[in-house]
Amino acid sequence: MSAKGPSDRKYKYVGTRPIRHDGLDKVTGRAQFGADYSLPGMLWGKVLRSPHAHARIRKIDVSAALALDGVKAVITGRDFPDVAAEAAEGGEGANDFRDLAENVMARGKALYHGHALAAVAATTARIAEEACKKIVVDYEVLAPVLSLDAALAPNAPILHEDARATGHEPLPKGPSNVASRREMGRGDVAKGFADADVVVEREFRTPMVHQGYIEPHAVLARTGEDGRSVVWCCTQGAFMVRAYSAKVLGLSTDMIKVIPTEIGGGFGGKTTVYGEPLAILLSRKSGRPVKMVMTREEVFRATGPTSGTHIRVKMGATRDGKLTAADATLYYEAGAFKGSPVGAGMMTVFAPYKLDNVRIEGFDVVVNKPKVAAYRAPGAPMAALVVETVMDELAEKLGMDPIDLRLENAVHEGVQATYGPKYRAIGFVETLRAAKSHPHYRAPLGPNQGRGVASGFWFNAGMSSSANISINEDGSAVVITGNPDIGGSRASMALMAAEELGIPVENVRPVVGDTEAVGYSDLTGGSRVTFATGMAVIEAARDVVNQLRARAAQIWGIELDAVGWEDGHAVPLNEVPGAHEPLSLKQLAARAGSTGGPISGRASLTARGAGPGFATHICDVEVDRETGAVTVLRYTAVQDAGKAIHPAYVEGQMQGGAAQGIGWALNEEYVFDKNGAMENAGFLDYRMPVASDLPMIDTVIVEVANPMHPYGVRGVGETPIVPPLAAVANAVQRAARVKLAELPISPPRLLEAIDRAS
Amino acid sequence: MKIHVHTHVNGEPTEFLCAADRSLLEVLRDELQLTGTKEGCATGDCGACSVMLDGRLVCSCLVLAPEVQGRRVETIEGVAKGTEIHLLQRKFLEHAALQCGICTPGFIVAAKALLERNPDPSEEETRYWLAGNLCRCTGYDKIIRAVLDTAAELRGETR
Repeated sequence: MSAKGPSDRKYKYVGTRPIRHDGLDKVTGRAQFGADYSLPGMLWGKVLRSPHAHARIRKIDVSAALALDGVKAVITGRDFPDVAAEAAEGGEGANDFRDLAENVMARGKALYHGHALAAVAATTARIAEEACKKIVVDYEVLAPVLSLDAALAPNAPILHEDARATGHEPLPKGPSNVASRREMGRGDVAKGFADADVVVEREFRTPMVHQGYIEPHAVLARTGEDGRSVVWCCTQGAFMVRAYSAKVLGLSTDMIKVIPTEIGGGFGGKTTVYGEPLAILLSRKSGRPVKMVMTREEVFRATGPTSGTHIRVKMGATRDGKLTAADATLYYEAGAFKGSPVGAGMMTVFAPYKLDNVRIEGFDVVVNKPKVAAYRAPGAPMAALVVETVMDELAEKLGMDPIDLRLENAVHEGVQATYGPKYRAIGFVETLRAAKSHPHYRAPLGPNQGRGVASGFWFNAGMSSSANISINEDGSAVVITGNPDIGGSRASMALMAAEELGIPVENVRPVVGDTEAVGYSDLTGGSRVTFATGMAVIEAARDVVNQLRARAAQIWGIELDAVGWEDGHAVPLNEVPGAHEPLSLKQLAARAGSTGGPISGRASLTARGAGPGFATHICDVEVDRETGAVTVLRYTAVQDAGKAIHPAYVEGQMQGGAAQGIGWALNEEYVFDKNGAMENAGFLDYRMPVASDLPMIDTVIVEVANPMHPYGVRGVGETPIVPPLAAVANAVQRAARVKLAELPISPPRLLEAIDRAS
Repeated sequence: MKIHVHTHVNGEPTEFLCAADRSLLEVLRDELQLTGTKEGCATGDCGACSVMLDGRLVCSCLVLAPEVQGRRVETIEGVAKGTEIHLLQRKFLEHAALQCGICTPGFIVAAKALLERNPDPSEEETRYWLAGNLCRCTGYDKIIRAVLDTAAELRGETR
């Protein structure tokens, strides 16, 4: 490790804004995404999906499909091995391999509208679609469970008869749709509320929403005569696809090689498998390469959105604005299989605030909807929505500025987080101060306009990463990591390598390796790539530097300890000036062959912890009291990045997270009919923000160095979606003088709230 | 029965065979291997498949392939001229106006169409023109800046 600490270090490349190395391919259309790969002799795979949200599958007859000219293989649940219940590691969010296997292909029961029942490989996509229609399924249609209330009602239809709730008592006895109930807390909540001068209690319901990546899931699988499969797919984790597919198919991992393609967005939604095991199995059965590309409708109906929730929060404060107690109850829809992010919701809900008396209760509830997948800070935005609207109301009741109330209670280094650990250096207070002193916060507002402020917290993840660096003969370098580049991370990897090696960032080629080109790497998620994979790159580069120093020592005939490394040069230490001229990396690379051979470095590590992220957002809206329409007028996002490696892409994360949060707050929701079919499974009706819906999104990066990283980096990808739900809601509440209890704040819902208030 | 279609793609005479119900997007990607044009929805809602047809911006998923008979199609692959990228492409890179990059070809084709018709668009005009192109990564901020900066530079203004 460098002797220089993160704070006093002067950087040459880190913190600059070079053009991303993969950029040219992406602006010219050359970059190959998931659906852009094809092979000679390739078949097209299509999936037959359940038209019922809840049904027992009595029988599936595929004979007519198989008889169709051009059909080469058909698979159903019977073609897959039984998979034992086992926690799936390495993903993001709670997964169980048995559930995963049954989600990929139904066995026994269809648990949501769109659940895969069979898959066909045929010579054309049209024939495969035609064949799906010829598959005859005998269903016993069951009553679907389509909301938290319905799932928890006495005598509710039960999704999983054999499952029993786990966690903390009191638990439901016998079969239930509650997968788990957990409690956490500390102190004396009753006394805390008794000590409060003001108590505010609010509840919110939020609907299921989708990550909305623009690229549908796509996979191409080829299997050789030896049974080994090569898989090209757009995923957040090639090693995850290998492990999960192997598990679902009962194969050993060496039988599958995964080559990650460029990925057209994920936001957590590509942290699990859907078509990958199906394409592998179809290619094994047919002996031909099989390509499967989801339609947008399939993406909505059959991939993981995030949970619909019902959350109650009660908080008390003294007259001078000190929080005395907090209580929260969170219900999260898991979709058809257990494993909502309610745990993260519980852990994040009060994480920004100093609280001695806390009680938090969380329920993971199964419903007949698609199984949720990770979505950017999974579980946190909905929890923050309720806490931050309560904070806003407390500030109003106390006659305090909402930022001042947060400053009064903000966590800082040394404070015990409500979820357990003691915070090390964090930048929450700094984001609040930066927000308060931002001109946005003082700008005048017009009639029917309101300003909302909200803060947010996310843990960030560490996990395992690997990096290989090789030095080319001319002194340029190649950096290979195992993390798909979802938003510019190649540039960050190259910047960190350039910084350590002391060569221009343009001379570093960052590469995303496949599962056989680089050591194991957990997926791109949890805001962990720049942090943890970056750390592996730094370590690998230091490994290279040590080898370069050794070569110089050999050339000069001096001890290794007597050779330093400065700005891309080996320099002799403690020697008479001029005794040895510094040797550049380029010179050492040219002499590599005669001094011991090619130079390459590597690192594989597991980052312990990560260093949490905090953000504070300011949002101005205008409300049309006649139509209920909300216009976002101005938006400012402030966030602690620890150290921004490539500030433009840090800003991009902040802006993108804010935009997704604004969509979640104002427009987006899964609408189901009474039978559980999603009614808005397309981009026309699932209304994500477009350019004309948004203003410019101003950003302020604050940098409080993360002590867990050599440069002080914190993950930045997820935190920015935590505050916007509440920032928008608080702004609308002030502009329209209403109290909200449900997202999205769509025009009819806001009109209703306005009518109720007047 | 397949239809034999003669057209021009990026200035090159091009012919292909296709079934009557095939979309231009399918033919571009699967027959002509021009995979720079992306499919995000196939329903005309996301703009990832934007191309120019006889100088008009269209979603290629909403155009039947036989319709391009005797017409001129321009795709993202034709935006750079030889080894020279278009100023819009350079500005997208300089402004970091892409994250995952899947929507980028569509945005560049659409923005180029805007600047050809209106060399001095306001921010609002740019936002409304590009409202048919979905981006889920950037929040549009850097995209709008890249387009406005391109327009300014094409007008000979320095900022």
